Amino acid sequence: MKRGEVKLITDGKRIDGRKPEEMRNVEIKLDVISRSDGSAEVAFGKTRVLASVYGPRALFPKYLQEHETGILRCRYSMAPFSVDERKSPAPDRRSIELSKVIRLALEPAIFLEDFPKTVVDVYLEVIEADGSTRVTGINASSLALALAGIPMRDLVCACSVGKINDTLILDLNGREDNYSEVDMAFAMMPGKGKITLLQMDGLVTKEELKKLIEIAKSTCEKIYEMQKNALREKYRVSE
Amino acid sequence: MNEKERPIVLPGEFLCEREGKRIGDNVYEENGKVFSKVIGIPKITESEISVIALSGKYMPKVGDRVIGTIIGVEVAGWFVDINSPYVAFLPLGEAVEEFVDTSRVDISKYYDVNEVIFCRILKVAKNKIIQVTMHDLHAKKLVGGVLVKITPSKVPRVIGKGGSMINLIKNKTNCELLVGQNGVIWVKGKDKSKAIEAILLIEKESHIIGLTEKVEKMLSEEK
Amino acid sequence: MDSYVLELLEKGKRIDGRRLDEFRKIEIRENVVEKAEGSASVKIGETHVIAGVKAEIAQPFPDSPDEGILIVNAEFTPLASPEFEPGPPGEDEIELARVVDRGIRESKCIELEKLCIQPGEKVWCIFVDISVLNHQGNLLDASALASLVALRNTRIPKLEDGKIIRGEYQGKLPVIFKPINVSIAKIRENLLVDPNFEEEKVTEAKISVAVRDDDKICAIQKQGSKEILFEEIDKIIDLAVEKSKEIRKLVK
Repeated sequence: MKRGEVKLITDGKRIDGRKPEEMRNVEIKLDVISRSDGSAEVAFGKTRVLASVYGPRALFPKYLQEHETGILRCRYSMAPFSVDERKSPAPDRRSIELSKVIRLALEPAIFLEDFPKTVVDVYLEVIEADGSTRVTGINASSLALALAGIPMRDLVCACSVGKINDTLILDLNGREDNYSEVDMAFAMMPGKGKITLLQMDGLVTKEELKKLIEIAKSTCEKIYEMQKNALREKYRVSE
Repeated sequence: MNEKERPIVLPGEFLCEREGKRIGDNVYEENGKVFSKVIGIPKITESEISVIALSGKYMPKVGDRVIGTIIGVEVAGWFVDINSPYVAFLPLGEAVEEFVDTSRVDISKYYDVNEVIFCRILKVAKNKIIQVTMHDLHAKKLVGGVLVKITPSKVPRVIGKGGSMINLIKNKTNCELLVGQNGVIWVKGKDKSKAIEAILLIEKESHIIGLTEKVEKMLSEEK
Repeated sequence: MDSYVLELLEKGKRIDGRRLDEFRKIEIRENVVEKAEGSASVKIGETHVIAGVKAEIAQPFPDSPDEGILIVNAEFTPLASPEFEPGPPGEDEIELARVVDRGIRESKCIELEKLCIQPGEKVWCIFVDISVLNHQGNLLDASALASLVALRNTRIPKLEDGKIIRGEYQGKLPVIFKPINVSIAKIRENLLVDPNFEEEKVTEAKISVAVRDDDKICAIQKQGSKEILFEEIDKIIDLAVEKSKEIRKLVK
């Protein structure tokens, strides 16, 4: 089987019963790792990703230090049990690429120049993978960075969109990730209207691409509210 | 909104128009508009816009009094961990009044690794080379006691208005307390666990109004 | 140099005198390596890459038992630039290879189903190896172009008793489209096609777009450490589609 050959939509419903532009249930937990400077866990349906931030902290060896700015490092990793067939824990080529694009999706939001010579480390661990792991991880990272007190221009929100037959869909699950004709990973700073991640593969016309970006944008705006609510909730002390 | 809450702002949140005011800590300007960089409590005065962060590392500022731990002895000075991404340097001349012949004297007799000092930030170079000094009225070596670390931005809450909070804890527990701007607090005394408990309570609930009453209640309980 | 690039851009000029939407001179040479089943050398300005294709017999993936396999790999040889170091592939090499791979794969230009030897048992595995020989910027477009040209002149080796006879061929690799990768750099308000090395150093964000013959877009990758605006995306896509036509004419 390959892209486009698996029936993913029947009578306007997706394999998990969702409508094309329906998101899965989103769950956000903050401060899940006590030793971390900031941490969060975000779930999109069954996809569950932990993010933990350390820093800014001193960077060694010294030759890695940048005199004018701090640096950001990201590591995206999948737990061996997070997928159908055990994944070797060593970073594979996909993880290395994703670590890079996640870093670049977060970097525009961070005032790295505020802490020269230091490093901020963002570690991501996929606990369970059912599609859209990188964007789920970006949402978790955004929250973890904010909780760590890292100076930021805005929160970063991310989602995935795609295409099945001629239907555009939102928030791809694992099977859709594998077999849809198109998938796109998207992240932005919703308060600023700026795009920080854009990756697409599959075949689309210019018009479809535009529409996909529109869906992604309005979804990120919704996720923005969810992130903000979660952060505000943390500081709402009842009594 | 709950009356006991302070208004919290989030990264990217619009605070106000700049209108000629100074850009203070943890805020940034874009086209005349000022936004928060962090989760925190906004502080907008007649002259300055800033946000008190609710988390984050200590960034050294000249004049801050901090508690540091000696982590290295060099020929003519000491490296000091000041609970920051940046290690500070205490030059010999900023620590010892008398003339010291460094070719003959082992300066660890003044300060040695793992010893704790209360010192002042003397200089912060642009590339974050930090110097501290012991030439300060309050500077001293801290002997005994324990160190408690809190979020540096919460230090003002531990001190309280005009020292009200810190004096409350001192009076109720009979402990010696020294608060470093870097979020390190030195506690010494028989009843130190009570004092530490109070400090950690402030750390946890620093954003609520009526904190002093709550701490007072806690300290008065179960004597 | 960085500030000079920016200073010139203020006046709408580039350090090598090109228009913003102009590629450097592209030179394509085919069959540059006799040992390879297919090969190409591509120069974009001074940037130089070679792509070589080797065909091997392999077991198909369980989810596509009757299809050939495509594997793209890139190596930034240390001789090409002072920044490149020997050792296992770094994230830039891996990313480049994966973006080239996606452009080719998603365009469906290789008829992988014609590369089956024995369903579920044996298929052709097509290795595209990209060697960067001189890095003067825009390695991605050069690598994608070299890979496409190499694939288009790739011959499938002869088989005898299930064994490959090297040097003898049974036919051409079926490649039916010409996906073209176009990278556009954003520097301040400017969008630059085919950024050279100096321009890449001050590039805030870069978008690479792979476009197929029918103007369909088959892959996009944003790079760079700054953000991009919605209206810029529209311009970039239009520009990429337009430029892809120009470059496609150079491919036989």
